[in-house]
Amino acid sequence: MIALIIRRLFQSFVVMLAVALVAFSLFRYVGDPVSQMVGQETSIADRERLREELGLNDPIIVQFSRFVLNSLQGKFGISFRLGRPVKELIAERLPATLELSLVAALFSLAVGIPMGVYTGLYPHRYLSKFFQAISLIGISLPTFLIGILLILIFGVILGWLPTFGRGEVVKLGWWSTGLLTVSGWKAIIMPAFTLGMFQLTLIMRLVRSEMMEVLRADFIKFARARGLSNRAINFGHALKNTLVPVITITGLQLGSIIAFAIITETVFQWPGMGLLFLQSIQFADIPVMSTYLILIAFFFVLINMIVDILYHIVDPRLRAEGAVV
Amino acid sequence: MARSLLEVERLGIEFNTRRGTLVAVDGISFEIEEGEVFGVVGESGAGKSLTGQAIIGLLEPPGRISSGRIYLNGKRIDQLPYEELRRIRGKKIGMIFQDPLTSLNPLYTIGKQLIETILTHLPLSHKEARQRALKLLTEVGIPAPDKRIDHYPHQFSGGMRQRVVIALALCADPSLVIADEPTTALDVSIQAQIIALLKRLCEEKGTAVMLITHDMGVIAEICDRVAVMYAGRLVEIGPVAQVVKFPQHPYSQGLMGSIPSLRRRVRRLTQIDGAMPRLNEIPPGCAFHPRCKHSFDRCHKERPKLVETSTTKVACWLYGN
Ligand SMILES: Nc1ncnc2c1ncn2[C@@H]1O[C@H](COP(=O)(O)OP(=O)(O)O)[C@@H](O)[C@H]1O
Ligand SMILES: [Mg+2]
Repeated sequence: MIALIIRRLFQSFVVMLAVALVAFSLFRYVGDPVSQMVGQETSIADRERLREELGLNDPIIVQFSRFVLNSLQGKFGISFRLGRPVKELIAERLPATLELSLVAALFSLAVGIPMGVYTGLYPHRYLSKFFQAISLIGISLPTFLIGILLILIFGVILGWLPTFGRGEVVKLGWWSTGLLTVSGWKAIIMPAFTLGMFQLTLIMRLVRSEMMEVLRADFIKFARARGLSNRAINFGHALKNTLVPVITITGLQLGSIIAFAIITETVFQWPGMGLLFLQSIQFADIPVMSTYLILIAFFFVLINMIVDILYHIVDPRLRAEGAVV
Repeated sequence: MARSLLEVERLGIEFNTRRGTLVAVDGISFEIEEGEVFGVVGESGAGKSLTGQAIIGLLEPPGRISSGRIYLNGKRIDQLPYEELRRIRGKKIGMIFQDPLTSLNPLYTIGKQLIETILTHLPLSHKEARQRALKLLTEVGIPAPDKRIDHYPHQFSGGMRQRVVIALALCADPSLVIADEPTTALDVSIQAQIIALLKRLCEEKGTAVMLITHDMGVIAEICDRVAVMYAGRLVEIGPVAQVVKFPQHPYSQGLMGSIPSLRRRVRRLTQIDGAMPRLNEIPPGCAFHPRCKHSFDRCHKERPKLVETSTTKVACWLYGN
């Protein structure tokens, strides 16, 4: 287990370094950093001095090392567009995105797994067919369309839920949470549903097919022949055997949820990183873009590592290497 | 008249398919006595496994019992509700499947699987169940059981896993064990050990065994009585000594001819020319007649019933009317 974590940490480090290189290249070579900082009227000499001060004349390897070191300390530079440190901007926006993603992921798991188990156990029941039909819709309708339809129905026509924003937030240190107020919960329902819908259908279909496959396995037949109760068989033996693929997909999807929050955040004007990123692109706000890139990569790497560790907890075959006696 | 442990009366099993109804098992009857080792032989596809599954009520749809009755200790069990039958499975009738590699849940220790099964059927505390599990593991010959009980299935070899499977099948002291080709998936070198273990344990506990196999060597070695199945029908049934040494039915004779007398266990049944008919093309009359050297007119038209001969019961027009 320890060896695994160390190996994974090393791999993660390499991946992050590669991402940092991309972010750095973006920073350094997309446009001229100096001309983006100063006005038209600045003289050539002033520009040259600024170059020197910023270290843009140093060897590339030195510049890259400095970039990495700065990033490690959270010094991501100053936003061109807003003129504020990127670190501050991200700290403001990160909680909104993470809360939205987490609620969406939990929603998709909490609803998707039971639906998958049900449709897997009773594939011929009407309710299962209904779930299947819903999941088709979830997979085929684009996110923004679902979002806009929800806004139209629940926001505009019925007026039950707010159509944009996070509602009231409460400060917990630097973290601002919307999960402690009623208006915050009201505001998160539609975006979380929209964002989680695709994952929900994915998880449901995955659990369903895994469940149907596992239920045909010999060890399930043997469990029945031993007279175990249906509950023990379905939930103890079958469901647990579907967990490995479910963990994989959920983990990967959590990464995508965070990344794809961009669209949902735009539709609902959700003040998260996705929205920030989109606005930065329009202004070629390179420091914000490269930081966003690094952060998303970091989340992916982190989630992957957690997924790997969970595998080892669930499946004993991965834990003990070899050891057939 | 004292009733047998298990009585199967005119059992029929059918599959409803799009192309019509297939009759996979066609009115077979037999009894198994307490403590008896009862062999069922026949080529692959004869309906042996289906018969076993029907007895414990685990036929998989579209398969279904279409006719007949099954009694356990004189009590009819083929029409019991699922929950009642579930309490019989494992408790009264144990089952051993062919492949020990896939019979155990890979995510649980063998101890957990044993204890779970024991607690399902017996009113014991968790601690007592663990004691019982340890004792069972010792009985089936797992070395260092107090250590091995907490191991996962993948940490055992095939032969060891089949021992665990046997422990699981016997863990609530059933009065009958149905063993469906328990050694087919194992190494030849281990097969004899497993069969010997099964025989010894069941003898000690007084458990009857229904041993399904296509290995005549195994049958000759441990069975008391044998039933020979062909295309879903019973063609001969009788004491093992008679069926093996003096088979009456031409099909049984063919099967017995396939045991080389010295190295018995190694061979399979292949020596009869031709193949068993598929379910949708079972010929009229005696199902075996296209492959039978002795067949005559009547065999093509009328289906023979089981009749008593001096040694066995046989369904063949060569014997009696
Ligand atoms: N689901 C099914 N649909 C149609 N036929 C089946 C099905 N399952 C089994 N059969 C048929 O039932 C017959 C008996 O099978 P089985 O009892 O497994 O034979 P065996 O004697 O080898 O154990 C076989 O011919 C098989 O093709
Ligand atoms: Mg079979």
